[in-house]
Amino acid sequence: MIFYDKHYDVLVVGGGHAGCEAALAAARMGRETLLLTINLDAIALMSCNPAIGGLAKGHLVKEIDALGGEMAKNIDATGIQFRILNTKKGPAVRASRAQADKQQYRLRMKRVLEGEEHLHLKQGEVTALVLNDDTVTGVDTRAGVRYMAKTVILTTGTFMRGLIHIGLVHYSGGRAGDLPSVGLSDNLRELGFAVGRLKTGTPARLDSRTIDFNKLEPQYGDDEPLPFSFSTERIVTRQVPCHIAYTNERSHEIIRSGLDRSPLYSGIIEGVGPRYCPSIEDKVVRFPEKDRHQTFIEPEGLDTVEVYPSGLSTSLPIDVQWQFYRSIVGLERVEIMRPAYAIEYDYVDPIQLHASLETKRLMNLYHAGQINGTSGYEEAAAQGLVAGINAALRVQGKEPLILGRNDAYIGVMIDDLVTLGSKEPYRMFTSRAEYRLLLREDNADLRLRERGHAVGLVRENEYGKFVRKREMIGEELQRLRREKLLPSQADAAFLEEFNLNGVQNALTYEQLLRRPDITATDLSRIDGKIMETPAAVREQVEIQIKYQGYIDRQLEQVERSKKLENARIPRDMQYAGLPGLSTEVQEKLQAFRPDTLGQASRIPGVTPAAITILSIALKSRSGQ
Amino acid sequence: MYLEDTIAAISTPIGEGGIGIIRISGPDSLPIARSIFRKRLDGGLKSHRFYYGHIIDPDSGSLLDEAMAVFMGSPNSFTREDVLELHCHGGYLVVQRVLALTLRHGARLAEPGEFTKRAFLNGRIDLVQAEAIMDVIRSRSEMSLNLAQHQREGLLSLRLAQVKESLLSSLALLEAYIDFPEEDIDHAAKDHIKENAVASLVMLDELLSGFSEGRIIREGVSVVIAGKPNVGKSSLLNALLREKRAIVTAVPGTTRDLIEEQMTIKGLPVKLLDTAGIRESDDQVEREGVKLSLEKLASADLILFVVDGSSPFDDGDRAVLERLTGFSFMVVKNKVDMDTTPVLPFGAEVPVVSVSTRTGQGLMQLQQVIFDFFIHHGDRDSRDFVAISQVRHRDALDGCRQALGTFMANLERAVNPDLLAIDLRDALAALGEVTGETTADDVLDRIFQQFCIGK
Repeated sequence: MIFYDKHYDVLVVGGGHAGCEAALAAARMGRETLLLTINLDAIALMSCNPAIGGLAKGHLVKEIDALGGEMAKNIDATGIQFRILNTKKGPAVRASRAQADKQQYRLRMKRVLEGEEHLHLKQGEVTALVLNDDTVTGVDTRAGVRYMAKTVILTTGTFMRGLIHIGLVHYSGGRAGDLPSVGLSDNLRELGFAVGRLKTGTPARLDSRTIDFNKLEPQYGDDEPLPFSFSTERIVTRQVPCHIAYTNERSHEIIRSGLDRSPLYSGIIEGVGPRYCPSIEDKVVRFPEKDRHQTFIEPEGLDTVEVYPSGLSTSLPIDVQWQFYRSIVGLERVEIMRPAYAIEYDYVDPIQLHASLETKRLMNLYHAGQINGTSGYEEAAAQGLVAGINAALRVQGKEPLILGRNDAYIGVMIDDLVTLGSKEPYRMFTSRAEYRLLLREDNADLRLRERGHAVGLVRENEYGKFVRKREMIGEELQRLRREKLLPSQADAAFLEEFNLNGVQNALTYEQLLRRPDITATDLSRIDGKIMETPAAVREQVEIQIKYQGYIDRQLEQVERSKKLENARIPRDMQYAGLPGLSTEVQEKLQAFRPDTLGQASRIPGVTPAAITILSIALKSRSGQ
Repeated sequence: MYLEDTIAAISTPIGEGGIGIIRISGPDSLPIARSIFRKRLDGGLKSHRFYYGHIIDPDSGSLLDEAMAVFMGSPNSFTREDVLELHCHGGYLVVQRVLALTLRHGARLAEPGEFTKRAFLNGRIDLVQAEAIMDVIRSRSEMSLNLAQHQREGLLSLRLAQVKESLLSSLALLEAYIDFPEEDIDHAAKDHIKENAVASLVMLDELLSGFSEGRIIREGVSVVIAGKPNVGKSSLLNALLREKRAIVTAVPGTTRDLIEEQMTIKGLPVKLLDTAGIRESDDQVEREGVKLSLEKLASADLILFVVDGSSPFDDGDRAVLERLTGFSFMVVKNKVDMDTTPVLPFGAEVPVVSVSTRTGQGLMQLQQVIFDFFIHHGDRDSRDFVAISQVRHRDALDGCRQALGTFMANLERAVNPDLLAIDLRDALAALGEVTGETTADDVLDRIFQQFCIGK
């Protein structure tokens, strides 16, 4: 083994969405950081759909931005269609989504990485960890080079023992066109980690010149594209539409006829796939009553003819794929440029992690992204950011950044992962968040900017802007609470329209805005000043006033849960033989080693009675 | 700390009996057996075997009783701990002495319900079952026993599971609508959500209306017999009890004290109170009796207003009737075997039952009317009756019902789905206090079962 003479603070393995955020965060926090990847041309590559955001994922992107991550800025610079989803379902579940120019997205991210002062990029395949007792100190690569670092972050994506399936043909690969990572997962297994196998898939990429778009319904972005990042002023890229197409009975017949050569149904694939992102053969088999399935034909970029048909991933043989895609109206002559495929890969059950994403088994080793059994660029990036921050904090000798379930979707996700583990690829949904009304896209900065600034990731100019916004929200709330509608002086039409004629007492503007039928725009008819504040401030004020009742209820719940969440369980806690705990619960706690009582209470099978017993045991322990 | 020690208690009723059982649970069960129980053959106690032997005080060597012993090793016992049962002769003194002996050898006297509590803490039974077991123990009648048995077997849990199922289904529809805006999720979903919510409300109302009955069945009811002197109140008590409990004479004002008796009517535990006839009297003792009678009227669940069917409704009856204003009562027209049938000043809203305490005529009907007054579930066999009888359950279901009410009102007002989901989750959380929590994965599982989701 050849020793490289430079010693890094943070070493990131992998250059996907998790690796990029991890490396950037560590470097921006002033740590000497090395990013090692199998292929430097594949930095931040969008291996599946060319889009960022969506329900709950948009929330993650805004949180990444608020903490000082890069993903939001990167999509703002390279997005080619922006939309806000769920505009009529309430502020908590409103979410941003954007189509990306796949190549531009990747290239811009690489430029940002290359421009970062303390960040070094190198190509290389990591095959083993270097240890000193129970502490990781570096990595070995296939080329025989040993790199030493104080902390190591693994973000291996689908690469560990990646196996690509197209029909009954399968071959090793980390992704179509890339080599797999061989050896590292065996090394992890030898070190005692529980390693499992998951599966995911991607549809074919089609040649848009062979699609008759006249037969399809176009779907345009919003008239005024709104950026993800709190720092982006406006979107300047050219905007293009997607198109909606549908499968039909004949498509489903073709799928069914090919099932005998499906690696999924013939039992060749052993990894567990995501239920929320099933392949088309899964959909046809599991929902036979549906006579059609919808697909969005998404552009992969402004300078390419390749398009991505969402929801139509498959691992059926290429001849079935030809017939299948051509059975769709508008796609009769379509040419496949890259076939659809399924991929199996190794992951490390995240139950073996602390909430800081450091492994419980080895000190200074962090896992982020698909290695933790998640799926999605946004989920990966969010974990990468947290792992990068925490590795840097470790080097600085500081306590880790741990976000609570009431702080952020990132907190919900990491808590889910480390307490429940992952048995299928984990994707974020808004329904996973019990305090959903508190965790909105619009207030991500109010929730997290301060934290991002405290660790040194949010730049001073951005922070100053945020502080000013926060002040303006406070001032505007004060003003609306103070200023009143005097029925005698008010506009008669306004009183008439909102049924305020009989009202005797002067109502404050806050009281008016609390009514579901009166918006800030309505209020501006009698209150000239409300339009003087920036739109983002106005939106915040309106939401806070309108939903105050529900928001207060959720805050109360947070307060109640704090008792459990704040009760820390010592790392050396012995569960075996703890009186009153059933053997089953003892074994579970021993295996999961929860950090807090709150975490313990979310472990399946751990009863409220067991938590009571545990809290008594903790008390008597601390009393001794 | 209670979790580590060994508890003991007499498990059979106090008093004379064929056998008396002392139950011991905890880590010292076996050592205690070794110290105080001598069986004929050598060797230890095998689990779940019944042994004949003697209970001996090892300090004095004296023999306390001839007994049978059974040891049930953890976790295959009621509490999941080591359990020892000593079956002694049923005399009061014997079991007390044996209990005292176990206490001297390391056990602690169990608190009421502590064995069940341990079974719960050790995860052998859930909270609903634990409470039901306490009810089985406390049951005073066959009917309350049935109710408790049904709860124990999880019938109540089953009904609650149906409510939860229905709410979960609504939530899944709502969450799918929220979380998958780009899927073509059925717009008829809103109707389904509403239907499910209505169905849940109906089930909750049924369970809640059963609460008062459940409580009545568990705790019994108090029925007070009242009327002017010498209309046959004591005769009615005796006739219902089928024994001569109260002294009956032709002299008005014979009953001067309260007579209280327990009986069951079709399985319903009834506390029957005979009172002194209500009238103005110069007799000091009788006046005290009348005063007591009036006090009892206020605490009665039902008053049987007895009138003499052989003589006209007079001022004396009217004076009693005045006292009954505001209370639940029914009229018992006694002595109908005699000729005259007076016109009574009651409308159809007051039940009137004609009886003869002398011949027994009408007594069966009276029992039926009393039963129906309390139990409204019609002709259903009481053995199938599921009701909630715990205040804790009632409060939880009440909370669930309230949240569901808010949800329905907001659904009508077309409030945003993100808020609707909060109301629905509140309803599920309230229900969860009885049935156990609903997790995010429960909701997602449901979504993936119901909808074809996937981009």
